[in-house]
Amino acid sequence: MCEHCGCTAPARTIALHERVLADNDAHAQHNREHLARHGVVAVNLMSAPGAGKTALIEATIERLAPRLSIAVITGDLATDNDARRVRARGVPCVQITTGQACHLDARLVHEGLHQLDLAGVDLLFIENVGNLVCPAGFDLGQHADVALLSVTEGDDKPAKYPTLFRAVDLVLITKRDLLPHVGEFDPARAQRCVRDLANPAPVFEVSSRTQAGLDLWFDWLLARSGARVAAVRGAASG
Amino acid sequence: MHELSICAALLRRVEALAASKAGRVSAVRVTAGPLSGVEPDLLAQAFRVARTGTRASTAELIIERAPVRIRCLRCRHETETAANALTCPACGGERTQLLSGDELLLTGIDLLEAGPGADASAPRSCPPGS
Repeated sequence: MCEHCGCTAPARTIALHERVLADNDAHAQHNREHLARHGVVAVNLMSAPGAGKTALIEATIERLAPRLSIAVITGDLATDNDARRVRARGVPCVQITTGQACHLDARLVHEGLHQLDLAGVDLLFIENVGNLVCPAGFDLGQHADVALLSVTEGDDKPAKYPTLFRAVDLVLITKRDLLPHVGEFDPARAQRCVRDLANPAPVFEVSSRTQAGLDLWFDWLLARSGARVAAVRGAASG
Repeated sequence: MHELSICAALLRRVEALAASKAGRVSAVRVTAGPLSGVEPDLLAQAFRVARTGTRASTAELIIERAPVRIRCLRCRHETETAANALTCPACGGERTQLLSGDELLLTGIDLLEAGPGADASAPRSCPPGS
């Protein structure tokens, strides 16, 4: 029966089976093709606010910029503070101010990509909005997902935010220089929580401030981007 | 609160479907797993805001909750489990395949079809002769 006026018009059910975010997925696929055409590897950085995404990008630029050409798309609710920090290191950075939106989506990243000159860029960081819930649902067209978990947070966060931590390719436990001052955080317990999600991703403990542990991160990045860069350059020269 | 942007995507698709059928939507059916990142209660709240002014302006959102199910890649054991306990409870294997629980699917819409001359977009109008 019609619920609005009480008449007996029958409702007809149209059965469907499609992803609600199919439109976002199509944009993400387009981004992936756009990046592939330019030989760019895109790495999506996700974390709670203040876990050190921008500091990690700064430390990475400092070490790898001589070997890789880096660009950054950064999402922020309200400011361009992060973008200014990145640009101060001589790296092109597009700021996406999301306003009330708590995550980046593929369409926003697409707009960001068109503001960047990707010619010659090897590695693109997508610095997502600081949030452990919302970014997890949206494919952006990236090649790898990295979650940052700082030692000033709870070491059980992977158990609390399984949607995000289950699917990432790498977990970085950041601010490890602060570990002696925050006795509650147990890196082994954090890693255990990741394994409980059946995620075999490596877990590295790093400090962007002291550079401790960052070599593992750089090697991981180079293994992903370097191989691709070599392939693209080989194809171009051959 | 990304449920609002998810509802916007959902309603764009629903609008397109309803327009091609010249009908008014009385229900939208979705299936959401705990690992989709969507909170069903928040989705229902967001839907009530997002549906305003669409062909689904009075539609009900019917959410089916999908269970988290895994299959162990070592011992092939299959089980329903919690979203943050995805290793095999039978053999302790840390490599499992997610069989369900991360889906966010539009599974159907219920249409009240407009008869000839009816304004399909007008809320609270019933098909003539009904």
